[in-house]
Amino acid sequence: MNKKQRMFIRMVLASLVRRRSRMIVALLAIVVGATILSGLGMIYYDVPRQMSSQFRSYGANIIFTPSGDESISDRELKSGISFISQEELEGYTPYRYENSQIHNIPVTLAGIDFGSVLKTSPYWHINGSMPSGDGETLVGAKMAESLGLSVGDSVSVINSFQMTADTDRTNIPDYEITKDPETGEEYCDHSLDLKVSGILETGGSEEEYIYVTMKDISYLTLTERGYDIVEVSVASMQDTLKSYTEKISSGVSEISAKLVKRVTASESTVLTKLESLVFIVTLVVLALTMICVATTMMAVIAERRKEIGLRKALGALNSSIIMEFMCEGLVLGAVGGILGSVLGYYFADLVSMNVFSSSITFRPLLIPITIIASVLVTGLACLIPIKSAVDVDPALVLKGE
Amino acid sequence: MSLLELKDVSKVYGDLHALDHANLTVDKGEWIAIMGPSGSGKSTMMNIISCMDRPSSGKVIFDGKDITKESRRKLTEFHRDKIGLVFQQFHLINYLSAVENVMVAQYYHSMPDEKEALEALERVGLKDRARHLPSQLSGGEQQRVCIARALINSPELILADEPTGNLDEANENIVLDIFRQLHKEGTSLVVVTHDPEVGEVAQRIVRLDHGKIVSDKKNDNFSE
Repeated sequence: MNKKQRMFIRMVLASLVRRRSRMIVALLAIVVGATILSGLGMIYYDVPRQMSSQFRSYGANIIFTPSGDESISDRELKSGISFISQEELEGYTPYRYENSQIHNIPVTLAGIDFGSVLKTSPYWHINGSMPSGDGETLVGAKMAESLGLSVGDSVSVINSFQMTADTDRTNIPDYEITKDPETGEEYCDHSLDLKVSGILETGGSEEEYIYVTMKDISYLTLTERGYDIVEVSVASMQDTLKSYTEKISSGVSEISAKLVKRVTASESTVLTKLESLVFIVTLVVLALTMICVATTMMAVIAERRKEIGLRKALGALNSSIIMEFMCEGLVLGAVGGILGSVLGYYFADLVSMNVFSSSITFRPLLIPITIIASVLVTGLACLIPIKSAVDVDPALVLKGE
Repeated sequence: MSLLELKDVSKVYGDLHALDHANLTVDKGEWIAIMGPSGSGKSTMMNIISCMDRPSSGKVIFDGKDITKESRRKLTEFHRDKIGLVFQQFHLINYLSAVENVMVAQYYHSMPDEKEALEALERVGLKDRARHLPSQLSGGEQQRVCIARALINSPELILADEPTGNLDEANENIVLDIFRQLHKEGTSLVVVTHDPEVGEVAQRIVRLDHGKIVSDKKNDNFSE
């Protein structure tokens, strides 16, 4: 580095450091601009993820059903689930349905995992409490009304069937078996005693079922089998969900995976509109920020007209003055961009915590984008007033006219 | 031998003749005072001599070369190489120290050299104030920095516009002593002033009125 280059750096640094108060005003304008740009950028890119997660309160968006007559086994279920990104998977709930009777009234039992069902059906409203395990039941509101059940009641569910030679009698007490004296055929009224822990209110068809654990339903039916349906909740966009269903359906032949279109289509519509809204807001704020930075830089340069006149009187060429002032502007732009990209993350995180109640995803790519945008905007904002300032007549400026 | 010649130079702004058919010759090593009341055309003449303005008509010849029709860029280069300027308002860059202000003139001229800049400041008695910012210097000290800046590139002509206009008597004497020293060393000086005391120390006094040179006399009281 020769003496001229060293002097150039010395002048630029002196201007930035010793004109601190002026530079802080300019830097503040740039930092605010860069912070908003970076913050809105992060929000824009994070909205789909955040909203997908929020939409999961509407329930599952993928349904697995058996592709043939057989139910879905545990192994098949795990294999199907493995196609879905663990980061996007909110939860899944398998269902097994069986017909039964209570007080001689036909009812449908649904075997579920009480621990995971709220992940796929977060909208379920339970009066009482969620059953904690075997021997307890959650009764749909309509079913509870027709059976006259309320929280804390005990109820006996009966599974009536004709005994055959193949029937496993291990879990059947003798008093449940009756024999037709004329035909000699045996009938069983296998019962399961349950305590009503809660009444389920959803306003939908879920209220027509009686929910028990998988173990209880197997005990009652005396059979172990897979699932009739699996509800899966995935926090992702419609295109990704569609790709998951295609991969699962082709990868696990026993499963037919389908989108719950009522949910995914409306989610997609809302997301597209929301993304457009955030994009427009980002553009408007960016334009306003550019104007703010430009006017600040114009004011900062305008007050240095006399200095520009002096430099010209000392023999500086216009190109030399433009380079010095631009360099100052670009350094400010870069520093403002770096600070803005860091503060932008905290700004976006603050917005995310308040709106979505979850942290924003940090996107490193936005750091160079913010810095480059900040340098370009500041450079452009400086160039216009500098170009006009270097055309001043040094004689007039030095006379104070 | 003449360093500078103004030949029938006029400068017209609309109907106003700021400079009206002025003829002036400045010899090498000469010390001239240009005097006159406000609006007499002193500043216009100084701007034309310093190549910061062009005449409406007439010729400006510097060191034998007609520079009247030169491009703006050429004039800037010419002015940078040949002329050192001293201003009434000092015009120092407020965020640069005294020595850095001197080095700025070197920077635009050729190559900055801190040692030479310190020597220039020593010449005007300000070496110990070299690291001070203009705001930390008195008016007289600022004017001396301004003179050091004008001297640093060894110009052929020092052009001073009301160099003592903002100074008290003590500082005025210091500045005039520096001019005397420069004159002794052979530097040509053109000092624009309306202060008779400053004019009276010059070798030659040119008086302007309404844009015309009304007198151009040797100063009989001039002493080295």
